[in-house]
Amino acid sequence: MSKLYTGAEIVFKCLEDQEVEYIFGYPGGAVLPIYDELKNHSSVKHILVRHEQGAGHAAEGYARSSGKPGVVLVTSGPGATNVVTALTDAYMDSIPLVCISGQVPTHLIGTDAFQECDTTGITRPCTKHNWLVKDIKELPKVMHEAFKVATTGRPGPVLIDIPKDIQFAKTNYTKFKKEKKLNGKIHNKFSENEINQLIDLISKAKKPVVYTGGGVINSGPQASETLKEFVRLIGFPITSTLQGLGAFPGDDNQFIGMLGMHGTYEANNAMHDCDLLINIGARFDDRITGKIDEFSPKSKKVHIDIDPSSINKIIKVDLAIVGDVNEVIMSAIKKINKKQNGLKDSNKQRISKWWEQIQKWRTKDSLGFINSDKEIKPQHAVKRLYELTKNQDTFITTEVGQHQMWAAQHYKFNKPNRWMTSGGLGTMGYGLPAAVGVQIAHPDKLVIDIAGEASVLMTIQEMSTAVQYNLPIKIFILNNQYMGMVRQWQELLHEKNYSESYSEALPDFVKLAEAYGCKGIKADNPDELDDKIKEMIDHKGPVIFDCHVDPNENCFPMIPSGKPHNQMILGPSDKEENKITGKGKSLV
Amino acid sequence: MSSPKSAYSIPTKKGKLDTHIFVVWVDNESGVLARVVGLFSGRGYNIESLAVAEVDATKNISRITIVTTGTPQVIDQIKLQLKKLVPVHKVADFKREDKNVIFKEMALLKIVAQKKKIDKCLKECKKFNPVILDKTNKSVVVQITALRREIDKMSKKLKPYGLTSTSRTGAIAMTRGAQTFK
Repeated sequence: MSKLYTGAEIVFKCLEDQEVEYIFGYPGGAVLPIYDELKNHSSVKHILVRHEQGAGHAAEGYARSSGKPGVVLVTSGPGATNVVTALTDAYMDSIPLVCISGQVPTHLIGTDAFQECDTTGITRPCTKHNWLVKDIKELPKVMHEAFKVATTGRPGPVLIDIPKDIQFAKTNYTKFKKEKKLNGKIHNKFSENEINQLIDLISKAKKPVVYTGGGVINSGPQASETLKEFVRLIGFPITSTLQGLGAFPGDDNQFIGMLGMHGTYEANNAMHDCDLLINIGARFDDRITGKIDEFSPKSKKVHIDIDPSSINKIIKVDLAIVGDVNEVIMSAIKKINKKQNGLKDSNKQRISKWWEQIQKWRTKDSLGFINSDKEIKPQHAVKRLYELTKNQDTFITTEVGQHQMWAAQHYKFNKPNRWMTSGGLGTMGYGLPAAVGVQIAHPDKLVIDIAGEASVLMTIQEMSTAVQYNLPIKIFILNNQYMGMVRQWQELLHEKNYSESYSEALPDFVKLAEAYGCKGIKADNPDELDDKIKEMIDHKGPVIFDCHVDPNENCFPMIPSGKPHNQMILGPSDKEENKITGKGKSLV
Repeated sequence: MSSPKSAYSIPTKKGKLDTHIFVVWVDNESGVLARVVGLFSGRGYNIESLAVAEVDATKNISRITIVTTGTPQVIDQIKLQLKKLVPVHKVADFKREDKNVIFKEMALLKIVAQKKKIDKCLKECKKFNPVILDKTNKSVVVQITALRREIDKMSKKLKPYGLTSTSRTGAIAMTRGAQTFK
């Protein structure tokens, strides 16, 4: 008879077979058998966080920056409910997470036992799938299926709820063999005909634009390489969503900046006026499209996505190609190279006028701002941070708000997986724990969380995690004492009634850093900014950098809601025009 | 033209609503109905009726029939979202007007009345394959099968004759002819 293993042992056997190196978690009564087993499995290292939400975001940061699934281990009841925000965040941004939660013993389920909650019920809408394991014999199968569901097709979070008695119960374990064939929920069956249609549209377009999203990142680093080749081959301008930044080099001339609500003037106008729009791995989010009825009214639209339910969900498209981004554009490149050799030159001629137009839009310099030598402008701070870190491989995470948009606008990403931000859910408090996860995956790299003072306080306790594991993350706080994006909307929509958006009693971040046992740096003068940033980078341990910035700065350009892409509010240099269209302001 | 003060877009005109019948084959496991129903409520889709039961005991397959209304775009989304659920095997969707599909609902009607009125009721039910399941001198329980609106009509009609209680299933569907849905 083969050896019998306990449920807790099986959890680790599966993690080992899935080549999991790190799990992020927090112990509690209902997962103690699993925690007890931890000591026998040296290849799986546990990172103890300070709050389960932090575990989830750390796992997201780990997953986004490494391409591997993030694994979370939490206890029942509050452990599970605390991780819900992170699961929802991962669901919205398609991040592969496997969350293992403890549950009260099977015979107590449904009795309102201590620390019991309906975990699978609560997490059903925020996971791709979840399982409550009531039979020990199911456990190995469920564990492996969980990894498969999380990582295949459009990735996302899954949860396995394991009652405590199941963790003690015993069963067989047969070694796991990775299947080559993928399950029926994966769609990668695009036809040659569709590729031909795509190339036909490409070769006819006069005003094309490529619009890429997080799907390119999720398709793996190779997809970014393929994308570069594809875009250079066809010579089209390319814009990206917030999640897609880094898939195409941000400092390349063909890149026209991020699009959407806080995207560049040239990107949004190109989207509006184009005659061919190629969406690669993006989902026509409402922060991107603006007013649906007037979204890119003159264009033929192509949508390449692995998730069939993304197609025609918001914007009707003329050509849908369901498949893995890398494989679709790879076959398009092959086709172009083989059959339509002439396309390269003639195409560039055909779209040369379009490029002239884009250059005209570019001269608006929509990301421009009026710098100051008295106060640090937040945009200037991000720009300096970029200039001083661009020579090394730097990973950036953010919280949510104005600082996030300034980071997206002014920090140029040249490689995929270097940019971790909460886009879909917009979770304040994401950046710090995400930085923890990124640093775990890349111990020798520079990891910076570009933060706001309000967001960072939501998960500040994870500094303790960073100190415990000696993770040299840098928390770069653009401190304007306001919930800046809230204040900006109140300014534009609610007659400057800054209801509850000012933080009265902020902590002294330098002292806070010292209290956690890490370094604190404060800067409030533009002259000292560079030196202090260098001091932060050179410091070997974790740093909290309190950068006091102009509290009244707003994030521009901006598309007011209910407006199409070609009606943007530009920054302060456009003030005159702003006053004339003052009505537009209240429509944001 | 006034716009609300919002950071979100303004809803645009809704298209024409169609009624569709979805047939969903799922693994008969705990929580599967909650997944399907939760998808509808979570995404704001409408459920007019729902019928579910296991149809294959060896393979553990249940068949869920859902009647819903939506714009063509929403109907398309419902289908694609259903297909993404892990325990869902296949999804068929039919327009209510589809002549190649049979739709049926069953109803149990309890009539408490004098014999005369009961007989009248039974006469009215004749078109809808009535089966008398229980009979006393004061009451009758009759089973009918019909379309949704026919049952609606019947309940209205029989009220004055002593219809006191109605229990109805959701619609179930099957294609005509020898073909089955793959």
